[in-house]
Amino acid sequence: MGLATVEAQFHVLAVDDSLIDRKLIEMLLKKTSYQVDSGSKALEFLGWNDENSNEAFFSPKTNQEVEVNLIITDYCMPGMTGYDLLKKIKESAVLRDIPVVIMSSENVPSRINRCLEEGADEFFLKPVRLADVNKLKPHIMKTKTKESQKPENQDDNDEENQESEENNNSTSNKQVEETQDQLQSESPSQQQQTASSNNNNSKRKSMDEGVSPDRTRPRYNNGLTVMSN
Amino acid sequence: MEVQLQRSYLEYCNALFREGFLDGQFVQLQMLRDDSNPDFVMEVVILFFEDSQRILNELSKTLDEQNVDFKKIDANVHQLKGSSSSIGAQRVRNACIAFRSFCDAQDVESCLRCLQQVQQEYLLVKSKLEALLRLEQQIVAAGGVVPTLNDFS
Repeated sequence: MGLATVEAQFHVLAVDDSLIDRKLIEMLLKKTSYQVDSGSKALEFLGWNDENSNEAFFSPKTNQEVEVNLIITDYCMPGMTGYDLLKKIKESAVLRDIPVVIMSSENVPSRINRCLEEGADEFFLKPVRLADVNKLKPHIMKTKTKESQKPENQDDNDEENQESEENNNSTSNKQVEETQDQLQSESPSQQQQTASSNNNNSKRKSMDEGVSPDRTRPRYNNGLTVMSN
Repeated sequence: MEVQLQRSYLEYCNALFREGFLDGQFVQLQMLRDDSNPDFVMEVVILFFEDSQRILNELSKTLDEQNVDFKKIDANVHQLKGSSSSIGAQRVRNACIAFRSFCDAQDVESCLRCLQQVQQEYLLVKSKLEALLRLEQQIVAAGGVVPTLNDFS
């Protein structure tokens, strides 16, 4: 199995205004994870610069680099919701490939659909359990280097989680198209989406072969960064 | 000695689940504890106490004002509902759910009653959790291992 040969050092960015929930996620994931308590801090952490929001460029605060393999965020947060954060991430050329998982304590189907259509890879109902966290592995592995990893779980809600590469590409196209239909008024982002769907295809393939040369994501050398208040 | 303690612990837990003070989520928390994080459950429980106390104080203050800010009340109750749910404090969570419906109705009197109810449930589960943690400490001090709970959810 591919997993056994990979040193599973991955980093997850957890976004939630509840310290208890952040602690829970941290333990559930049991690896080094970063924590922040708001969407705006998340973007700051990821190196998002508001003045250049059309093409997010990285202005890391230190010279160290950080690699984030998954972002897991609460939906209901003061200021920026998890959905808003998701949108910003998907609009960024550099961040959009990071899988995003949304959590919510409220079971609202329209909310769930909206998030999935916007590109969320999973939607968890809180409180999050070990069984949910096990679904995250395939998404995390997608952004790691090394050999390709077939996703283990099929989820009815999760269109991206398909067995084969071709299916992966075609459903991501489908998701993007659906989003495009909804974003009728926003032509710049439409163009961005079209470009991104093609990029997504090639990015997915190139990610399996090795790190994409476009990735200029900064990296931290080690450990746990907790940015919560 | 520790066998006795362990038996008491399991009986106590069973009772708490039966009476609805705790639900399956608490078992999930127990499952996350391991050798490298032996104090995990205790840490989360302590966080829960601090957080809940803060929220209850806030709620009290807000309901005391001339023009009650129901949005603020709702936000706070939502938070408390979330944290009690994450820890498995079922009765607190249910009390919060009821609270929110009265909040929607913007009825101060009912909200005050709800607050009392939530406070009561919180104090109850607090003392039970403290007793539970004390039992765990005693088991460990006697050289035993805290028994794993079955999922009662």
